[in-house]
Amino acid sequence: MSRFALVDGNSFYTSCERVFRPDLIGKPIIVLSNNDGCVVARSAEAKAIGIPAFLPYYQVRSLCRKHRVAVFSSNYTLYGDMSRRMMNILARFAPQQDIYSIDECFLDLSGMVTPLAHGRHIRQTLLDKLGLPSCVGIGPSKTLAKLANHVAKQQAQWQGVFDWADLTPAEAERLLASMDVREVWGVGRRLAEKLHQLRIRSALDLQRADARQLKHHFNVVLERTVAELNGVSCLALDDVASSKQHIISSRSFSRQVSSLPPLSASIAHHIARAAEKLRAQGSTAAMIGVSIQTNAFGSATPYHGYTCIPLLQASDDTLSLNQAAQAGLRQLFQPGLRYHKAGVVLMEIGDKAIQQQDMFAPAPDPRRARLMSTIDQLNRRLGKGSIRLAVEDISQDWQMRQAMRSPCYSTDPQQAIMANRQAHTSAPTGYRLYWPRRQPDSGNE
Amino acid sequence: MSDITLCGRIAPSPPCSLPLAGMGIRAGFPSPADDYLDSSIDLNGYLMSDPDACFVVRVQGDSMSGAGIMEGDLLIVDKGRPALHGDIVVAVVDGDFTVKRLHRRHGRLALLPENPAYPVLVPQSEQELLIWGVVCGCVRRY
Repeated sequence: MSRFALVDGNSFYTSCERVFRPDLIGKPIIVLSNNDGCVVARSAEAKAIGIPAFLPYYQVRSLCRKHRVAVFSSNYTLYGDMSRRMMNILARFAPQQDIYSIDECFLDLSGMVTPLAHGRHIRQTLLDKLGLPSCVGIGPSKTLAKLANHVAKQQAQWQGVFDWADLTPAEAERLLASMDVREVWGVGRRLAEKLHQLRIRSALDLQRADARQLKHHFNVVLERTVAELNGVSCLALDDVASSKQHIISSRSFSRQVSSLPPLSASIAHHIARAAEKLRAQGSTAAMIGVSIQTNAFGSATPYHGYTCIPLLQASDDTLSLNQAAQAGLRQLFQPGLRYHKAGVVLMEIGDKAIQQQDMFAPAPDPRRARLMSTIDQLNRRLGKGSIRLAVEDISQDWQMRQAMRSPCYSTDPQQAIMANRQAHTSAPTGYRLYWPRRQPDSGNE
Repeated sequence: MSDITLCGRIAPSPPCSLPLAGMGIRAGFPSPADDYLDSSIDLNGYLMSDPDACFVVRVQGDSMSGAGIMEGDLLIVDKGRPALHGDIVVAVVDGDFTVKRLHRRHGRLALLPENPAYPVLVPQSEQELLIWGVVCGCVRRY
């Protein structure tokens, strides 16, 4: 049976600050967003005082003064570095790791004999090595692991580690019945309201719901969520990741690669994909996570390289994001290994409209924004990836074997249209967008 | 008054090997194929057994001069290593960082300076003493 753990840091930003400020142990801490606008993180003590999240700072300033709350501007370099360390340490605990956000990742514990003890060991190790408190939730699917993590956070008696297998079926049902359906991974506030109207109020209601009917009413992801709640693992991260928090793009290669160009190509591809999503929803990202990994099974030297790169200025520009991601890749790349997966996570996602300019950073070129929107329009019209970074083409080695995949009829309108056209046998002659730091072997302008 | 400042992070650079005996300097990526690895040293690897748990701090003051730790030195601190009797540790006393030698014998607990001009610190209980990490290396430039 498959088995997953979701590990995440408790009040991650404030915990990072506290590691280097032991005088603040047990004291309330908050962290403010860029330019000290809003409260983005609160320590448990700050929550207990009643400081609400996401409020503009000036509205809580007097409350903070009264309770002597330590107030920090956000320090993404620090959080990014602590995240990198945390993910590197967590990678040692499982053959497969999926990084989900700056402080969350799934570990595949399938086949592990004592997952609960393993979970406790994970939690203690993060505390010892980094001074970061965390919670671990364990379950037969990612959705149940995420829900278990919620239980571990809310209910002190589990001491930060909760495994569904620890409960009898009746106890598990009672617990699921006590949880609002909104707590289920991928069910947002709006979807929860609609489900409430269908009398699906608790996680247990959703577990027992008619999956096919829900698929009809909503979408296939919700159908799979029901299966996941019943212990069947069938969701991929990209399906569920809330794009308002982080955008993930990652993939296994068709065959293992050991040189830098195919890795560069795949990272560029993932950045382009993620950045397109980012622009489609009118957001910018301020931090990029880059990861490359070798196959944990049958590999002599398992390696999972992960790093977090904070951007000086939040951006939605494919070229800027790719530049940062490629720098991250060069830090991670170790020659002589055979890589089987690469991916990126865009984090610290904010609304582009309310983004403030950094006084000291050069103003973004308005022509670049026009370039990006032109590319997006062309790709919508001509088909996915018609215009892409040249670096994406320097190697095809990394691409997933999917010669037999059917078109994404339901999700990609372009492919649906294509189905009406004559099937083209050769690849479409796409425009290429040249990345300024051109690789020598791609220089045919 | 704290006697270290945090210098932040160790850059996650790829290992950089320097030859132990000098015929000029070779810097670059070591590979498993290198058969002369024995004669070169990767300073990051030499200083840190677990880079993910290691932090760098800069020393202020001379309370550890007897142990060869001078003002301005960079200390590599391993946060994950268990602190044993006799280890040089970064501890937190009254909310401030301090570098001292840990004495933990026969139920007695103390932080010893390595300079007679400074007093021995005796915490009232185990709870009051937070060992932040164990010093596992010292770097100085001349």
